[in-house]
Amino acid sequence: MIDLLTNLFSDYTLRTVALGSALLGITAGSLGGFALLRRQSLLGDAISHAALPGIAIAFLLTGSKAPLVLILGAGIAGWIGAALISVVTTQTRIKYDSALGIMLSVFFGFGLVLLTYIQRQPDANQAGLNSFLFGQAAALIEQDVFLIFVIGSVVILLIALFWKEFKLLSFDSDFLGTLGYPIRTLDYLLTTLFVVAIVIGLQTVGVVLMSAMIIAPAAAARQWTDRLGLMIFLAGIFGAFSGVGGALTSSLIPALPTGPTIVLIVSAIVLISLLFAPNRGLVFRRVRDWQAGKRLRVDAVLVDLYTLASQHSSAEYPHSERVLDVMSSISGPAHQTLKVLKDLDLAIPIDSTHWSLTPEGVLRAERVIERQFGGDS
Amino acid sequence: MDYAIDIRDLTVAYREKPVLWDVDLQVPPGVLIAIVGPNGAGKTSLIKSSLGLIKPAAGSVLIHGRPYSEQRSTVAYVPQRGSVDWDFPTNVLDVVTMGLYGRLGWFKRPGKSERIEALKSLAQVGMEEYATRQISQLSGGQQQRVFLARALVQDANVYFMDEPFQGVDATTERAIVELLQNLRKQGKTVAVVHHDLQTVPEYFDHVMLLNVRRIASGPVEEVFTEDNLRTTYGGRVAFVSALSAARKQ
Repeated sequence: MIDLLTNLFSDYTLRTVALGSALLGITAGSLGGFALLRRQSLLGDAISHAALPGIAIAFLLTGSKAPLVLILGAGIAGWIGAALISVVTTQTRIKYDSALGIMLSVFFGFGLVLLTYIQRQPDANQAGLNSFLFGQAAALIEQDVFLIFVIGSVVILLIALFWKEFKLLSFDSDFLGTLGYPIRTLDYLLTTLFVVAIVIGLQTVGVVLMSAMIIAPAAAARQWTDRLGLMIFLAGIFGAFSGVGGALTSSLIPALPTGPTIVLIVSAIVLISLLFAPNRGLVFRRVRDWQAGKRLRVDAVLVDLYTLASQHSSAEYPHSERVLDVMSSISGPAHQTLKVLKDLDLAIPIDSTHWSLTPEGVLRAERVIERQFGGDS
Repeated sequence: MDYAIDIRDLTVAYREKPVLWDVDLQVPPGVLIAIVGPNGAGKTSLIKSSLGLIKPAAGSVLIHGRPYSEQRSTVAYVPQRGSVDWDFPTNVLDVVTMGLYGRLGWFKRPGKSERIEALKSLAQVGMEEYATRQISQLSGGQQQRVFLARALVQDANVYFMDEPFQGVDATTERAIVELLQNLRKQGKTVAVVHHDLQTVPEYFDHVMLLNVRRIASGPVEEVFTEDNLRTTYGGRVAFVSALSAARKQ
């Protein structure tokens, strides 16, 4: 572990890869937060697949593999894909999900055809374009990281600048429109930022898995908070963490690809968040339901005992468990619940099958009855 | 005469199918008007095209004599409660503050004075102690009141409300009616898409009967007649007759 951290600071390649992946994670994660809330998570998948032919065409036209050239091509193709989805959804009867599926497969298929064509060329320069399919973070060099840093900073800056507008666009775009804001322009701006955040990640994570960098950190972050600002911040942190984690892990294990490793780590974060986040996590909700159920059962048996006691001269009169079993339908067999009542000093066993209320039990039962029927009496 | 809302020859089509056909509506200032009609009658489209959210195929909408784009700051909008995702990560005060985004303008963030204003309109709908509550934890009636508070903070002259009574409990309905009447007392104009025909005469002073075309509009006692209702609601005569029987009681 210590070695790993020393490596991170001394090993030039590893440092470059980790930094690039982290910056990428921050950018994709924070934009993914908006995508998630606008129910556009799959748009990221469509855009990243749509970018592939752009990369191939950029290479065919220029013969260059300079990152800026390829990213520009990817960006234009991704943006056209996103715009076409929007046009198809508004101008035809095809629904949003079908439009996404159509654009994704058509663009991706076209991209694969172009890649195959490029590979058949007798030009030695073509090697490496295939890495855009699954990404090749290990090949990141300082210029790439610098490019990611510049583009990512601009994206984050614009999110901060348009914070209030993007928030209301995501929550209630019609209302934003009535206030005089140009919602179509803002929508295009946010989609453009989205495209930009995706294409800068294609080299590292690849076309196929890039959408995970958009969706997963945001989905995980949503579990932990009910505040938009904190959610976007957390999504960025989760994205950065998995970026660095993926770079480090794949540097330790030979032949482990960085992109998929990043995605595995972010998926683990999602799993942990789905299970253990307070309030929204599955475990938390199970425990809360169980506690609520227990409290209801305790109250029900307590009230039953009280009802029985009120038919007799004194609260200490012993009552049979069998009667209690029959009385309350929600409590089921009363035995377990009676033991809880005993632990709480609300009821005492008279013999092995007979119980009576303690004075505290009487008071508590009266409070429960007042709470349940208070309005009527 | 200066009408608060002046709609002329408004036609809205959705893929060649007319949603609104040659609709006219003149609403004098200081009036509570109900817009009623069956499902698909174009009630929401009427509101949305008045607010510039839908581009009409023909016709014009004037607010106090000027187009909506020049009158934004004097108009407030309460959309249907179900039109937004109430699981959005934000709280009540934040949603109400959104009503001030128009006045704030580009890039400016709401500050303390905006929060104070938002709290005031929350108090007007009886929700001030819910200011920091997550919006996902609100009941339907409370959600509706939050939307009303967001419109109140806009401090407008003309209000468009899309089904504010949809799915709210009796207490909230009374609170909303009281609020509407307060707005009228201040001389504001309120147009409300409404579903419950029984309460139209009690809550409103004007009514518009709409079914793609305008069937009638004007003071409730003049136009809210069995004949007009029959024309608006078509074959559902039994329903309309039962209603008029209920009105006579």
